[in-house]
Amino acid sequence: METVSADVAIIGAGGAGLRAAIALAEAEPKLRVALVSKVYPMRSHTCAAEGGAAGVIKPDDSLEHHFNDTVGGGDWLCDQDAVDYLVQEAPKELLQLEHWGCPWSREPDGSVAVRPFGGMKKQRTWFAADKSGFHILHTLFQTSLKYPSIVRFDEYYATELLVEDGRCQGFTAIEMRSGQMRHFRAPAVIVAGGGAGRMFPFTTNGAIKTGDGMALAYRAGVPLKDMEFVQYHPTGLPSTGTLLTEACRGEGGVLLNKHGRRFLQDYGMGPETPLGHPVLKTMELGPRDRVSQAFWHEQQKGNMVPTQWGDAMLLDMRHLGEKRIDERLPLVRDMSISYMGVDPVRDPVPVRPVVHYMMGGIHTDMRAATPLAGLFAAGECACVSINGANRLGSNSLTELLVFGRRAALSTLEYLGSGVRAAGGSSLADQAQARVRELMQRSGGGETVAGLRKEMMHAMEEHAGIYRSGDGLAAAAGKLAELRRRYRSLELHDKTNVYNTDLLQALELGSMLDCAEAVVVSALERRESRGAHQRLDFPERDDRSYLRHSLAHCRGGERPRIDYLDVVITKSQPGVRDYSGHHE
Amino acid sequence: MKTYQLDVLRYNPETDREPHFQRYSVPCREEWVVLDALNHVKESIDPTLSYRWSCHMAVCGSCGMMINGEPKLACKSFLREYEGVIRIEPLRHFPIERDLVTVIDDFVAKLARVKPYLIPKEATSPEAGEFRQTPAQLKRYKQFTLCINCMLCYAACPEYGLIPQYLGPAAIALGHRWNEDSRDAGRAARQEELAATEGAWECSFVGACSEVCPEHVDPAAAIQQVKIKSTVDWYAAHLMPWLNK
Repeated sequence: METVSADVAIIGAGGAGLRAAIALAEAEPKLRVALVSKVYPMRSHTCAAEGGAAGVIKPDDSLEHHFNDTVGGGDWLCDQDAVDYLVQEAPKELLQLEHWGCPWSREPDGSVAVRPFGGMKKQRTWFAADKSGFHILHTLFQTSLKYPSIVRFDEYYATELLVEDGRCQGFTAIEMRSGQMRHFRAPAVIVAGGGAGRMFPFTTNGAIKTGDGMALAYRAGVPLKDMEFVQYHPTGLPSTGTLLTEACRGEGGVLLNKHGRRFLQDYGMGPETPLGHPVLKTMELGPRDRVSQAFWHEQQKGNMVPTQWGDAMLLDMRHLGEKRIDERLPLVRDMSISYMGVDPVRDPVPVRPVVHYMMGGIHTDMRAATPLAGLFAAGECACVSINGANRLGSNSLTELLVFGRRAALSTLEYLGSGVRAAGGSSLADQAQARVRELMQRSGGGETVAGLRKEMMHAMEEHAGIYRSGDGLAAAAGKLAELRRRYRSLELHDKTNVYNTDLLQALELGSMLDCAEAVVVSALERRESRGAHQRLDFPERDDRSYLRHSLAHCRGGERPRIDYLDVVITKSQPGVRDYSGHHE
Repeated sequence: MKTYQLDVLRYNPETDREPHFQRYSVPCREEWVVLDALNHVKESIDPTLSYRWSCHMAVCGSCGMMINGEPKLACKSFLREYEGVIRIEPLRHFPIERDLVTVIDDFVAKLARVKPYLIPKEATSPEAGEFRQTPAQLKRYKQFTLCINCMLCYAACPEYGLIPQYLGPAAIALGHRWNEDSRDAGRAARQEELAATEGAWECSFVGACSEVCPEHVDPAAAIQQVKIKSTVDWYAAHLMPWLNK
């Protein structure tokens, strides 16, 4: 097997992976950085983020406000020392991007413009129209081309981390073009593999978001933290799940039920605010978990609008007018017309909550280090945690910049201790043998599409906005069954070049691991907090569960769950108040 | 539901001597795009079909392909706009890797050649705050930042088909994007590529690139602007040398 040697190997070339690579190249131009991704960097899902990135910049705002919004928004499950670091580094990172040429939207005086976002008390979301993630990704990708020390391996799918002498020393990856396995040998590995929304059938996530990075770390013995917290974004198009950014509401769009009532006022987010004059942190600018939960209740009451794709609420932006919509929300208008046949300038757009983001992920500390020596993680695949039980919109683009860079700095510190990577060859051979076995297996009869459909159905049915012990137990049973049946998976395509049957089989394996961690963590958390709502345990229980869950992989058995205390420095758990009466 | 016939180009270098078409009969929902139909084929009819896709919202640029001979994003091509058999092929002008997957090394290398990053007049520190850039200054280059690297313009460009060395629409538009950014001072460094024979001057202004661009970047306009600016450079250098002093 061909071996690629590097000083640092990064898995994933989206926002977090690129930011880490650039930080490494800037700090130590002599380091050999291997940037390995299953897609070309500009295909990474960072490109689909629309609304913007949060960072304190305006004089009426403060780091303390950003901290408080984030911690309260996360229902006090965030580690407060990590949130401190995030809010402090955020403006620096966003300014750094500005200096790399990111086309941020501007105020008339040429300063960077900010917009309101859900759960944020002040306007602090930097944006580039409604393609903020796209511009961040392309700015990072293009900037990365400056550095000869960053060597890219595009369309390589990582299959296993290689752990020897108790530390991570590289991984194996399949070159899609040839089907050949490669051994990446490196004393430090950064995983930046993105989220796992594709384990649900209805998601804003692109096809590539299959939890590969999470599964790699999990199988290598690193726990997955807080996996039960899955964010539903309130406003997806019912036909495709395509995201309509929260900025629709930040700009003044409102949510209506079928009677034309702005129903959020009936769920602790009122009183109603004047049309076209959004008030921060209340009504349509409440946090995502609360808004999605309100949708669920209205649906139970029969107050939603039936469509051929299921019940929907209405996102009304007509009062913004054509000019503002075209200037601030051009993509939203384009997609509403294309995929729903509705022009938001003329009609309200039907929308419904859609799986969007994993608050949970690879357990890291605030240095972006995992408990496994030599392994670091950043971006959606990681859980520091700054998002707690519910992420605020526009904190994730900031997170991938701040902790992408942080992962690079921690990696440099780690390399400073003189670690080297050696060996790993026999582990790499075993990893290769496992993929060969999967490719050559015959007679099992299970298919990727068949198992995937059953997994998605179980997740949709039992791990959605509201959950119950019985439902989660059923889902856990189903996922254990699917994991067994996965061993009888039989590929139709046994050739080597760009074999997407194989790729999807491996991705399905990742998703099954992530799904089981979600469901079992959710089953064990007998309380309701943030995005995790249990019908059988409707209250938050700080005495028992003001703790992070950690799901440990046990191979053929369901994961073992244990807990880790939340770091609380200055904000004691309180009431999340989005009534508009706060202060 | 309505059934569509898709003729999809298949080629597996390990098993096929040459590309051939395969017909699939696909039951489709009315609102589906071509990509949805391909996904149905992959899931329910033929798991061996390979193609690239991800976002399904025309922003990741993965799913460019020829649909009835035109370069299109499969995620934004609505089945309702087609009648009869729909012919689906890999993007023209690129080598086929497998089925609808093309080899895009040439394009990716060309992107890097135009130095697509900010080259400031002097070293700056973010700690000094942001560069001021008015909405009008932003507007000068904004449109050229919208390229999703889908390569439809390369598939549409007759020059690129004839002369593979041609830098091509997206790469030139990208170089121009940075030149037009008020924060940038790197135009001279990019001229070597942009103003070369195989740069903007190769373009014969057919304009097909702009017609097929799904993001309305208008690379043809960028190329013409590069030509005009390069011409002004030439006159300045040759006829008015005192300007260079």
